Amino acid sequence: MSDLRGVPDDFAAAPISLWRRGINALVTFAAGAAVFLVLLPLGAIFAYLVYKGFGSINWAFLTQTPKPVGEAGGGMANAIAGTAYILLIASSIGVPLGIGAGIYLAEYGRNRLGNLIRFTADVLNGVPSIVVGIVAYGIVVLAQGHFSALAGGVALAIMMVPTITRTTEEMLLLVPNAVREAAFGLGVSRWRTTLSITLRTATSGVITGVMLAFARVAGETAPLLFTAFGNQYWNWKMNQPTAALSLQVFTYAISPFDEWHRQAWAGALILIVLIVVAVSAVRIAASRGMMKGAN
Amino acid sequence: MANQALGAPRLPGPQPVAKQEVVTGTRAESDPLIRAGSSQVADRVFYLAMLACGLSILALVGLIFYELVTKSALSWHAFGWKFFFQSDWDPVNEQFGAWPFVYGTVVSSILALILAVPLAVGVATFITEMCPRRLKGILAFTTELLAAIPSVIYGLWAIFVLVPLLRMYVEPFLARYFGWTGLFEGTPYGIGMLAAGIILAIMVVPIISSITREVMTAVPQQQREAVLALGATRWEMIRTGVLRNARAGILGAIILGLGRALGETMAVTMVIGNRAEIARSLFAPGYTMASVIANEFSEATGDVYLSALVEVGLALFLVTIIVNILAQILVWSVTRGMPARSHV
Repeated sequence: MSDLRGVPDDFAAAPISLWRRGINALVTFAAGAAVFLVLLPLGAIFAYLVYKGFGSINWAFLTQTPKPVGEAGGGMANAIAGTAYILLIASSIGVPLGIGAGIYLAEYGRNRLGNLIRFTADVLNGVPSIVVGIVAYGIVVLAQGHFSALAGGVALAIMMVPTITRTTEEMLLLVPNAVREAAFGLGVSRWRTTLSITLRTATSGVITGVMLAFARVAGETAPLLFTAFGNQYWNWKMNQPTAALSLQVFTYAISPFDEWHRQAWAGALILIVLIVVAVSAVRIAASRGMMKGAN
Repeated sequence: MANQALGAPRLPGPQPVAKQEVVTGTRAESDPLIRAGSSQVADRVFYLAMLACGLSILALVGLIFYELVTKSALSWHAFGWKFFFQSDWDPVNEQFGAWPFVYGTVVSSILALILAVPLAVGVATFITEMCPRRLKGILAFTTELLAAIPSVIYGLWAIFVLVPLLRMYVEPFLARYFGWTGLFEGTPYGIGMLAAGIILAIMVVPIISSITREVMTAVPQQQREAVLALGATRWEMIRTGVLRNARAGILGAIILGLGRALGETMAVTMVIGNRAEIARSLFAPGYTMASVIANEFSEATGDVYLSALVEVGLALFLVTIIVNILAQILVWSVTRGMPARSHV
């Protein structure tokens, strides 16, 4: 090094001072500590959920409806079914709408309107869930005259749409143009190309987006408070108040009864298992390269 | 790439058939896939259907805005701007002022950011710049998992684990050594502003760190190499080569976290104490805009009461929109040119 022209002899050879090395080590340690501090609550939450929840899950919990205050036993069967029901309603509204909007953005949206929709979808994504609840209350509950499963489904559907739209768009854009051109070259019409070829190639990616949206809304509580409202009994009617797991966990958690606290933990454990299974499935699918579509 | 895609097993269906027909040219007329003529109409219909789906997003945001504005008109006409600066919230006498909620929202969110930002940036730095490749994926996944936990479960955990911890250990400690600041005095209930700030911090860390990570990854590799070649240590490289280049995007990530904290409802409602008071001490209970809607909306009797709650929602909506737009512009200023990515 010392024979490089123009470089002073002692420049390259100067060792990194103890001070600088010390700072470097300190920062590395601090960053590691930050990771530890962030993972600590995660570990604590899961540990507590399993520790408190696992013991409380039994056959009665999974098959019975809540007992009145003061009576032991009872379960959240109606809330588990209610969550599934509300999510079904939400998905049947939100998924087609989200995928459709995603198709529009990817296939026709290279223009000013497309940019506006893209931007609005991001705005919608940031709207607080409680505000979505107010709106669902305004357009469904007030129109129907009472709280209902449909209102809860509409609120969650509104929250699903932006996530599904943006992932669908991204996944469709990953499909190489040559695939579309090949189909056009064979005389396949544009709509058929989009549905049977482009969308089909990106299927697993689109499903990933749907699962992400699903996981996001599955545990939502705030928008259900004054839409689905909760119910102590079974309900399968669209226009009646419906129990939901997240609502039940909330009600039980802030109650003063030990028995209800126990059940709140159990309900939370079931909720988180549902969500973690969904997210992990997505992650595994993504790591196997299925998400990359035809890339 | 195209060949691979066409030959991939997950692409069955029309292609092999279509190929064959082009070669032989016998069944082309009868195949519905290629039938000409009707396709123009069908294309048009399909386009319009997809356009309708796209426009529905604009309609949704418009609808949200319209609903909030019309349903809050009553309260707006009754109280005007001073709605946000008055502190009496008295449903019985129909006097509504949202100041305690605005205060609670702002203080709990700022507290959350003070706690979360150093941690989130630390985590992002560790994952992108320091940790071994094998650990990277696991850590990224775990922090994403943190973002997938529902708010109500954070609240549940906070009530039964965090609050007792604060009450028994943290708050007495803070009161003894930092009581002189005035921020940590009074009875340590556990429940209160401090608990809300901490649980919010735990909840926004994943968002801030995942976007910070994305922004840091967007900094060109040459920047790092150049700084290292000048003899910098790794930290000096990160500071001058990465963080400095990514700072606008990191600010965007922080603001995005702020947007999330402002609108967060359930966990905060469960631990903040829900009392419309303004106190200097962080031990004191408070109330946020989102919590007051969550607690009182379904029980609100009287049009003005309901309208006042909707107005709180409208304010929350407008503030989060502004915050999100600002954040997106900042993040975009760093990551533009990079392929878009979605977050959990």
